[in-house]
Formats: sequence, structure tokens, C-alpha cells
Amino acid sequence: MFLAMFGSVEQGIIYAIMALGVYLSFRVLDFPDLTVDGSFVTGAGVAATMIVLGYHPAAATAVAIVIGFLAGCVTGFLHTKGKINALLSGILMMIALYSINLRIMGLTSTNSIGRPNIPLLNAETIFIQFQTFWSSLGIDSSINHFFSMMGVQYLPSTWGTLFIMIIIVLLIKFIVDWFLKTEVGLAIRATGDNKKMIRSLSANTDTLVIVGLGFSNALVAFSGALIAQYAKFADIGMGIGMIIIGLASVIIGEAVFGTKTIFRTTFAVIAGAIIYRIVLGLALRVDLLDTGDMKLITAVIVICALILPQYFEKRREKNRKAKRHAERQMEHEHVLLREGNAIAKAQSD
Amino acid sequence: MPLLKLSQINKLFNEATPDEKIALDQINLTLNPGDFMTVIGSNGAGKSTMLNMISGALTPDFGEIEIANKNVTKMPEYKRSQMIGRVFQDPMAGTAPTMTIEENLAMAYSRNKKRRLKNGVDKKRRELFRTSLETLHLNLENRLNAKVGMLSGGERQALSLLMATFTQPSILLLDEHTAALDPSRAELITNLTKQLVEKDQLTTLMITHNMQQALDLGNRLIMMDKGQIILEIEAEEKKKLTIAKLMDEFQRIRGEKLTSDKALLSV
Repeated sequence: MFLAMFGSVEQGIIYAIMALGVYLSFRVLDFPDLTVDGSFVTGAGVAATMIVLGYHPAAATAVAIVIGFLAGCVTGFLHTKGKINALLSGILMMIALYSINLRIMGLTSTNSIGRPNIPLLNAETIFIQFQTFWSSLGIDSSINHFFSMMGVQYLPSTWGTLFIMIIIVLLIKFIVDWFLKTEVGLAIRATGDNKKMIRSLSANTDTLVIVGLGFSNALVAFSGALIAQYAKFADIGMGIGMIIIGLASVIIGEAVFGTKTIFRTTFAVIAGAIIYRIVLGLALRVDLLDTGDMKLITAVIVICALILPQYFEKRREKNRKAKRHAERQMEHEHVLLREGNAIAKAQSD
Repeated sequence: MPLLKLSQINKLFNEATPDEKIALDQINLTLNPGDFMTVIGSNGAGKSTMLNMISGALTPDFGEIEIANKNVTKMPEYKRSQMIGRVFQDPMAGTAPTMTIEENLAMAYSRNKKRRLKNGVDKKRRELFRTSLETLHLNLENRLNAKVGMLSGGERQALSLLMATFTQPSILLLDEHTAALDPSRAELITNLTKQLVEKDQLTTLMITHNMQQALDLGNRLIMMDKGQIILEIEAEEKKKLTIAKLMDEFQRIRGEKLTSDKALLSV
């Protein structure tokens, strides 16, 4: 149980980067960007291909981020310059990326042009590289010692992956927070909020949409590159439904933690991604369900995340109003009582 | 040297269909630096279309637009906005509702500068925003971190006005910016407009449906009808103008009685 939860949290944190990307397009730019399903695989494919070809895993990841950025820019370009509907330009890009991803992964194969998957079983990954440094610190044994004293039986082999991912995700969170408060960031937010207004303040909304989608898909590809290295394979089908997972994370996070400030919202999105993984992990432990049911479970989780907050908000509002009403009644009675006493006193005098 | 010059502007909508409409018909107009011109006319007279031509939201079918002796006819809207401040009729249109007051002001502040990867609101700017908001007397200076969506229509319109004039644009375009407000708020915004325009001697073009407002504000007045400028009144003459005189003038030119249009040209 503990081990399964641990795995969910680890994965959740890696997927949180993708969720932050979806937050940027879906919420900040108000652009339902379906490129994500393709650019996630692009990130995974580019990283896996380069690692197999012998490049340093960090370099492979960096290139994956850049290619993801470019993919997002193309979607933005189709929408703004080609005047293609937002959903459609995302779908077009997603479809196009499917073939492109096959070709990218095909670079590792000598006898075919396309290739649907790349295993990374014995390859170097940034997690393995970090592991060599991490195990020299000897932190794993002390943490595991602590947990075994608490009576936990099955312990993870390493805490290093979790540690490095927390650092990376926090770093990205702070970069996103900072970026959205810069002059460019403010203009991007306004583009999603009120295009007419920001254009009248001399901002080129076309460029901002293109750059914003680029940034968003760079994060998605980054997440894909890390997942490929974490799971030790890249597969052409690994991106299916990714936009829904990202959306689920954003919606769950926002519903649980609120959206008062950007700082809080980005935190909520990360937490949402982790909660989503945990819920999914728990659901898959039910004997009746099979791993093939994952997408169905995802759909159910998203539907719940969309409907439940409305219900809770309604109830909260009702309670709030009832409480405030009772308070005002009390005040009113107090006033009456005081006046009554005053009259009684005056009469007795 | 004129600051703004429209020459022979023509615009048709739905051309060559039964719904063809002549929006602008041979419009010529010049504004000199410091001019404050009010524009009146009934619905469909082409007032807003003309403003949208100047701002770049629409492009003329024929004709040319010059700002400060530079031909801007083909310049995209966002570039032209560096020189042009705008306030819209809809109080929701001029601000970003999910962003805070100071963030909105920060965007207005970077209007005539290149937007960079630099904090939009820093300590120095916040002070500047605070002192500017004080001039509105709406207590907004103490609500810098409030989301603009929480403000009332009047407050939002006052903020829009401040944002439009923040970087002293060459031209200020006001498109019936008091029309959607209740009378007392409209008066507040009108006074504010006067104050801000006078402070920086802004060259202004203001559309209004309110004749009294058109007479009270500015040094020049034009009346439009069916896509044409039918009446131009200059400084000295404008001071002596009354609503009754305007109505007579309209009737003399158009041969129709304007009073029947009272609902549109409210007195």
C-alpha cells in the first residue's frame, strides 16, 4: 500500500509539470490546446531517441523541451495567422505530431523509418545519474530505517527520484509564478482575459498566443521526457488522453486549494496532479478494474471534479447565508431586548 | 501641422449585397495638437466606425489616415495603440477582470515601451500607481490588489480612463464612454475626462449621445449623419452653441426634424 502510494506521488510530481503546461494554455491563455496529446509523446520520443543514440540525458531532455516549444508555436501560428479555430488547430497539430513522433523514434532504428516504441532498460537517464550522487549521501537508508521503525514493511528502493523531482517542480513553479508577473506575463494573462483591451494597450496578441502556447508545450514535452526516463520507455500511445489528465489535475487542484493568487493556483495544480495519481492508483487496486480501464477511470474522475465542486460551493453558500442570517437575527433581538429593557427601566423609574 | 488627418475615407459594409451599408462616405477630418473634438449623430451615423478606423480596429476601403504626418493606414492596431489611448462604451471592455488593479495599470504603463521579462509591478511603480489613483478620488489607491472584476461599472470606467491616459498618448479616443453608466457616475466620469485631458493637453475625439455633454466639453464639435460629417463647428462658434441651435442646424441641412430622434440624441 505504502509503496503503491509512493509510486503514485512520484509519478504525480512528474505529471505536475505537464499539468502546469495545461494550466498555462487552458486557464491563463483561455485556449483549449489539444496539442498536448502529441507534444507529450514528442518530449518522450526525442529524449528516448537521443539517449539511445548516446547523448547525455540532460542534453536529450533540453532538446525535448525546445522541440515541445516549437510544436506549441506551430499550433499558435495556425490559430492566429491561419485563423483556424483553437480546438481544430490543436487537433491538427496533435495528428501531425503522431507521424512526426514515429519518425523521430524511427531515428533509432536502422531497418525502418518509423518506430512505435523505444525501451530504455539499460540506458542512462537523469534519474540514474542523480542516483549515483544520491546514494553516496546515504540518506535512503536513514529514511527507510525511520519508516521501518514506524512499522512500514515494503519500502521504496530510493527516495532520490522523489527528491530531485520535488526540486525540479518547485523550480518550475517559481519560474512560472515569476513569469506571469513580468510585463510579458501580464500581457499574456490579459490576452486570455480581454484581448480587445490588451490590444488597445499596444500588445501584439498573436505573438503572445504563439509564445504562450510554446511555453505551455515546452513544459508538456519536459514532463514527457522525464516520464520516458522514469518509466524507461517511450511509446507512441503514451500521450492519449494526456490533455484530460492535465485538465483533471488543474480542476481538482483548483477545487481543493482555490485560485486566489497565482502563487496558490500553481501550487494547487501541482497538488491536483498528485491527488489525481493517488486516486487513480487506489481505483486500480480495486480487483474489478483492469489497467485497461484507466481512461474510463480518468473520465469519471474528471466528471466528479467538475460536478462536485459546484455542489459543495452551493452547500457552503447556503450554510454561510444561514449563519449570517442567524447572526443578524440575534443582533436584532439584542437591540429589541435592550430597547425593551430601557423602556421597562424608564417606566419603573 | 495637424496631428491627425483623415482624407477621403470610405467604408462599405456588406458591399454588393441587398444589405449594403455606407458606413463612411468621403470623410475628411483634421485634428490639431490639443484639440478636443466632440462627435454627435444618431445611431448608424458612422461615429464608431470612424473611431475604429483611427484606432486601426477597422481598415478603410479607400482613403488615408495620417498621424503626426505619418501614414498609418496599414499599420496594425496594436502598433498604432502606442500613440492612441482608448476608452470603450462597455465598462467591461477596457480592463482585464481577473487581474488586479495594479496589474491592469502596469499593462497600461508598458503601452509605449517594449514589454520585457521584468517585474510588471515594482515598488516604484506601485507608488506611481497609488498617486495616480488618488486623483480619481474613488479610494481605489487602497485596493491595489483587488481584482478589477470586483469593481462597479463606474469604478472600472474611471480606471479605464486613467489607463488610457496613463502614458500621455498622442490621441485619446472616447467611444460613448459614459453611456452605460447611471447619471451621477456619468457626471463623475465626465468631470474626470475634463480633468485628465486638460492636465496633459491631450488631443481628444469623443463620441457622445448626450448633446449637453457635447456642448460642455471640448473646443470643436462635429455632427455626423449617414456616414458623412454634416456639420463642423469651431472654437468661438461652439461657445455660443445651444442644443436648440444644433437641432435647427440639423433640420436646415437634412430637411428632417431631429426632435423625432430624441430617443437617440438625448437632451
